[in-house]
Amino acid sequence: MSDLSLLTVEESRKKLDAKEISSVELTTACLDSIAKQEPDLHAFVTVLSEQALSSAKVADQSIAKGESLPLLGIPISIKDNFLTKGARTTASSKVLDGFIPPFDATVVRKLKEAGAVIIGKNNMDAWAHGSSTETSDYGPTHNPWDLSKLPGGSSGGTAAAVSANEVIGGIGSETAGSIRQPASWCGVIGFKPTYGRVSRYGVVAMEASLDSPGPLSKTVRDSAIMLGVIAGHDVLDATTPDIAVPNYLKDLNSNIKGLRIGLPKEYFMKESQAGINDMVMKSAKQLESLGATLVEVNLMDPKFGIADYTIIQRAGVSSNLSRYDGVRYGNDRTYFGKEAKRRVMLGSYALSSGYYDAYYKRAQQVRMLLKQDFDRIFSQVDLIMSPTAPSTALPIGSTLNEAMFGELSDLLIEGSSLAGLTAVNIPVGLLSGLPVGAQIIGNHFQEQQVLNAAYAYEQKVNWKEIKA
Amino acid sequence: MTYQLICGAEIHVELKTKSKMFCGCKNDPFHAPGPNIYTCPVCLGLPGGLPVPNKQAIEDTILLGLAIHSEIPSLAHFDRKHYFYPDLPKGYQISQKDEPFCIGGYIDTTEGRVRINHIHLEEDAAKMHHDLVDGKKVSLIDFNRSSVPLVEIVTEPDIHSAEQAKEFLKKVRDIVRAIGVSDCDMEKGSMRLEANISLTKDGSLPPYKVEVKNINSFRYFANSLTSEFVRQSEILDKGETPVQETRGYRSATNSTASQRVKEDAADYRYFPDPDIPPIVISKEWLEEIRSRLPELPSSKIDGLIKLGIVESAAKIIVNDQAMMEYIEQVKTLNPKFVQSAAKDIVNKKIDHTKLSPADYIKSLESKNADKVTDENVLKPIIEKILSDNPTVVADFKAGKQNALGFFVGAVMRASSGKADAGIVTSILQKIL
Repeated sequence: MSDLSLLTVEESRKKLDAKEISSVELTTACLDSIAKQEPDLHAFVTVLSEQALSSAKVADQSIAKGESLPLLGIPISIKDNFLTKGARTTASSKVLDGFIPPFDATVVRKLKEAGAVIIGKNNMDAWAHGSSTETSDYGPTHNPWDLSKLPGGSSGGTAAAVSANEVIGGIGSETAGSIRQPASWCGVIGFKPTYGRVSRYGVVAMEASLDSPGPLSKTVRDSAIMLGVIAGHDVLDATTPDIAVPNYLKDLNSNIKGLRIGLPKEYFMKESQAGINDMVMKSAKQLESLGATLVEVNLMDPKFGIADYTIIQRAGVSSNLSRYDGVRYGNDRTYFGKEAKRRVMLGSYALSSGYYDAYYKRAQQVRMLLKQDFDRIFSQVDLIMSPTAPSTALPIGSTLNEAMFGELSDLLIEGSSLAGLTAVNIPVGLLSGLPVGAQIIGNHFQEQQVLNAAYAYEQKVNWKEIKA
Repeated sequence: MTYQLICGAEIHVELKTKSKMFCGCKNDPFHAPGPNIYTCPVCLGLPGGLPVPNKQAIEDTILLGLAIHSEIPSLAHFDRKHYFYPDLPKGYQISQKDEPFCIGGYIDTTEGRVRINHIHLEEDAAKMHHDLVDGKKVSLIDFNRSSVPLVEIVTEPDIHSAEQAKEFLKKVRDIVRAIGVSDCDMEKGSMRLEANISLTKDGSLPPYKVEVKNINSFRYFANSLTSEFVRQSEILDKGETPVQETRGYRSATNSTASQRVKEDAADYRYFPDPDIPPIVISKEWLEEIRSRLPELPSSKIDGLIKLGIVESAAKIIVNDQAMMEYIEQVKTLNPKFVQSAAKDIVNKKIDHTKLSPADYIKSLESKNADKVTDENVLKPIIEKILSDNPTVVADFKAGKQNALGFFVGAVMRASSGKADAGIVTSILQKIL
């Protein structure tokens, strides 16, 4: 039998339902892959081998009884900022080193209810503060395409684990770039849902008006499956509107004739690494050849997005980290890393009396303008396409003394996050052997349209053959 | 030197909703059989816990606002107020700053109107217990109270005497109880008071204020005003300005003592809580809430006075559900006995929990057999008394309901107690 860890979610589902393979076999294959690669990759903070095998056994019994659930028996890894009942959750910070949550995040509960085998908790930037997974208190994750490179972040552990076939699928979270950017650097699909489409309950908060959990996967179809499982209104999260969840997989349609795709000039920056813009433009042309119309559009200069995002997010961080006061959790505030401390200081400053109006309030006003800018574009086009990141994976160590590393590598993402939009990263080729990602951004709750365009591209192009 | 007292009050009231402010936990901290049993990830402030606002608490707050003539804006939101304290597990309290549910309003007292600045809704903190366990001093935290809905009523500095303060606070309590949103139990702490006190010579706001905490009764509130008046007068007489500080009231010595001097205003780093979308109060919703508004104590008192009951008795009756019902029943059976019924139950001449209104009326009717009930006999007596007392008539017309009692008394005396008070009252009301 070939290596089962290479399977996609959809292929696993078919083989499990046909009883060609068992969940125990599939889970064991993933655990073997983890055991083999972890010394190099370090994509996990915690591997839940025993729990995973015992849920796999239960899943096999259910399958034997003829039960079928979307993820029944399929090993999924989860970023370590999702609370998992009884399984250590650290958000890659030593402050939470010994924290065993008494409850599951809504996303985790939904995954379990859909039959998923939770195989482990992925490494990330501590508190999701970063775009490298290098700021983890448990050490950096390495990029499977080149171990001397960073995987991106903050969902870098999940992106690396999916990319290296340590797992069948993964769940990450994005505040601004934390799904799309590591997906881009690791060459996987990374889906960022509309803010509010997926519940934040039980996710260690970074910035409450931005945080959006979403899937990282080997194929677009797998993202559609996982998104269908985790999306929807949650009575425990007041920011999830009660809007019906479509059947993303069933409605997946590669026919994109007549779809209008906007290419914002400002997002194809001359400062980006040479070759990226061309490669993304080529992928847009592929969509054009499938019947889409490409439209050149103008969007607000992405540098305003950085300034705005930095203030709003730091303010949120300074507030959200105040609960780790040393009274209740294992370790006190001296265990915060440099990045967390920097963010708390900057955020506290932006919210201080006398500075609130000049910074935080102003930032909210700019955010409104940014949102209006996207509204204007979406009255002209259905989707927006651009490079996901201005570079391919950078070397390990790049973040040292670079306090704004994350913001610069998420430059092209932050605007759409502030506007609460949905988007996907799709790999579109290899530049000097490293993956290049394109992002397709859709309007609020237009997940299906985004998935369809990504699916059309995936059906037409084998991205690994596109090289420069 | 004579000074005028300037006082504003901050009144916290815990709402008696079924569940807590932002989670589904039971809201019953005073009757909990043990500590930390009504808790969940949200009110414990665990990572990933998210607040979902309690609709009932919002409606109760708006109802209170409607009862004291507040303006209810169409949009409100919650803010985070940051400070560190072990009883505050998130490191911030969810409160309201810029857009509270109720803006403005007032409550009238005999010494003038006390304006309300606003009413906002927030969550209570957990409760600290400083205890000895195995001979060691420890601080324990009970989270049963964490995130219980708490309303804060903030007044303008319109209170100018200890008596007025007491009257005002009683009115607030009576209103809150009448609309049924809290028991206002001062002893248990479901109603908590703070006073901001300063003195002025010319009525203008002075450049300092002293905040007094630890006040757990209306009397202590009044006492703190009296003792602060003396203390601050002495400082001002020396040409000095009292220190801007927080003081605690000590009931044992009936005085206040300094607790904390605020060098700078605390910076709470307020910002709108992104976990809770802004709350839109539609006209329809507001009208629905308004329809819950019961008749308020002040209007009930007016109603009783109109029936000829003296004000002091009316105030006692409206605060006692059983008495109120008794009067209502007497009124239905025979309105002319309302007045004497009020007098008799307030003076405990009869036990209204035992003697039925019908039997009461029967007993009076037999006693009244020799009473003068003939209008033709009573009218001339009444008219004479009215023409003898023009100033009291003017008082009555100017709204002094007490004047009615004066006339009834005078008629009774003129008839050697034989006139039927009920009929006298109704004749008086007709003429006046």
